[in-house]
Amino acid sequence: MAHTHDDHAHGHDDHAHHGPDKGIMRWIKTTNHKDLGTLYLFFSFTMFFIGGLMSLVIRAELFHPGLQFVEPEFFNQMTTMHALVMIFGGVMPGFVGLANWMVPMMIGCSDLALPRVNNWGFWILPFGFAMMLSTLFMDGGGPAGGWTMYPPLMLQTGNAFPFLIFSIHLLGISSITGAINVVVTILNMRTPGMTLLKMPLFVWAWLITAYLLIAVMPVLAGAVTMLLTDKYFGTSFFNAAGGGDPVLFQHVFWFFGHPEVYILILPAFGVISTIIPTFARKPLFGYDSMVYALASIAFLSFIVWAHHMFTVGMPLAGELFFMFATMLIAVPTGVKVFNWVATMWRGSLTFETPMLFAIAFVFLFTIGGFSGLMLAMTPVDFQYHDTYFVVAHFHYVLVPGAVFSIIAAIYYWIPKWTGRMYNEKAGQWHFWLSAIFINLTFFPQHFVGLAGMQRRVPDYAVQFTDFNEISTIGAFGFFFAQFIFIFNMLACCYGWFGRKQDAPARVWEGAHGLEWTVPSPAPYHTFEEPPPLPESELASIGGGAHAH
Amino acid sequence: MTTAARHNTYRHGLRLLFVTALMFAFGFAMVPLYDKLCYALGLNGRVANEAATVGGHAVDVAREVTVEFLTTVNGGRPWHFAPDQASVTMHPGEMKTVSFVFRNTQDRDIVAQAVPNIAPATAARYLHKTECFCFNQQAFAAGEEKHMPVAFTLDPSLPDDIERLTLAYTFFDVTDSAPRLD
Repeated sequence: MAHTHDDHAHGHDDHAHHGPDKGIMRWIKTTNHKDLGTLYLFFSFTMFFIGGLMSLVIRAELFHPGLQFVEPEFFNQMTTMHALVMIFGGVMPGFVGLANWMVPMMIGCSDLALPRVNNWGFWILPFGFAMMLSTLFMDGGGPAGGWTMYPPLMLQTGNAFPFLIFSIHLLGISSITGAINVVVTILNMRTPGMTLLKMPLFVWAWLITAYLLIAVMPVLAGAVTMLLTDKYFGTSFFNAAGGGDPVLFQHVFWFFGHPEVYILILPAFGVISTIIPTFARKPLFGYDSMVYALASIAFLSFIVWAHHMFTVGMPLAGELFFMFATMLIAVPTGVKVFNWVATMWRGSLTFETPMLFAIAFVFLFTIGGFSGLMLAMTPVDFQYHDTYFVVAHFHYVLVPGAVFSIIAAIYYWIPKWTGRMYNEKAGQWHFWLSAIFINLTFFPQHFVGLAGMQRRVPDYAVQFTDFNEISTIGAFGFFFAQFIFIFNMLACCYGWFGRKQDAPARVWEGAHGLEWTVPSPAPYHTFEEPPPLPESELASIGGGAHAH
Repeated sequence: MTTAARHNTYRHGLRLLFVTALMFAFGFAMVPLYDKLCYALGLNGRVANEAATVGGHAVDVAREVTVEFLTTVNGGRPWHFAPDQASVTMHPGEMKTVSFVFRNTQDRDIVAQAVPNIAPATAARYLHKTECFCFNQQAFAAGEEKHMPVAFTLDPSLPDDIERLTLAYTFFDVTDSAPRLD
């Protein structure tokens, strides 16, 4: 997106600071939210690529039973690193990139509240991941105990262990600074007249996500610090011989881990709540209930963590509590899904690429939600625990859930960012190939999981071969289909194929929000003065204004 | 932004940083919290690993409970560790003494710590030990074999639905971290 910001024509008095620097130092020194959003997104997709390659190693190995390509140790490193890279390197920075770009433009302020912290928060990431990925080349290889890092297994990691722990500390610092920045920006810098319940849903989703990050990333930092001291400094937090308890780690980890899965999905809810009204040409159905649902999900996420550990040996009362609390989450989530469907009901629907991805999100995320409900039931979870059914469940909520929403958001806003329209035909091809291959990949995993195929094992019983072959074909297809998207978006960034910067300010005629009141491409600096807030741009009550 | 507004955002940012520090501390606070909760509620089979003072219980001769014994050696050590009897049947309130045998099959001196576990976990609170090798670290010379007694009783208030329970011990090698005994 290098050229697009070199826009000296925006209607501003010429100050020395109005344009970006030239060359590489622009990106290293930048404190501009749009530059940093771009960096975050490029970083995110680099990590998606690396994590995707790891998933292909996993799927290639699982194409047939028995061992064919990699040693079991390396397979375990791949499952561990795939998760860490995708969660902390792909999805989280992807959403932070979207927040960087869109939150200031949606609430009408010029930048995030703490721009230099923002720069620092981003530039920690490449170092953190360089450290984490370097472990793959060390003696003994990378961490292989699973991304959940359960002791005592994880404490058997070799030289990679301290590198893993410190890289997680770095990623935590990055997320926390980003989250603090988002909260401070949203709560202090909205344009006059934008009360909390007039904020766009994406902003709401990110506000709540940021609070979750501030609350739980430090707990993860604490948990991994305890692992570190257990291994190197003779403490016994999780060591039974010294009076500790390995199960305690699981409690601390999942106290972080469950809110974390909502950190990965709430911004997606915000994106979908933005895109669907645009292409349904109707205001979002039940704006207030959407906000309350977000808040309820965030609250409930703190009291359900032990549903990840039903089989660890909890008292019956505990299993019942965590089962019912978990099932309770289906209520606000159901509110959201019904509201999205109701928004589409009798709308003037069109099916541009962002809308296709958004509809696929609603449909496929709900499948992931239903399998989550099945897993929430303690008695049956004893069968499903640590099988491919769990793998199918969380990939349904994360890939056609979180990842589809990031893709949808980029299609939706790329004309605003670059001024160039993406190629719709390529977008449609990308969508249909993605939607088909992703189901090919993960749907059969429900079946093999229910039949007893374990996760994190490079071998399996021969009767699972057919479904695993389908799954592997799907994974390779999905991976290669993403290059359609990458080239389509890069073409917008760099003006390949003669694409012109002719996107109108309001790229989608049904779109509402302050971001559509600035020209396309968005000038390097926007909203240096707080803009007026016309009723017609409100997501919350824009009903009358939508009937143009 | 005006200076006042900027000041305001910095203050807000610092407040959130403080929350971060609090949550970091909370992660560590979960350790004693978990221990206290487990001991108080008998969760996860955790009870105080020290000698109990018992006595004065009437023996409930009408009831019989079977206590089974299970032994494990942690971390792939080649030691021999086994109960001298697979199980005992006893009345609640009755005092029983059983024994376990441990042989250090290695040609080096070791220090080991046994960690008890009781299943079902809800029964943990009703099993009181007056003597156990698990109360302290145990030193074994190379090749040494020891029979170690465990004296215990079951509280007569043991819930009626528990007719059989398992007392398991896992021996951990703590030679490297143990205080030197010589």
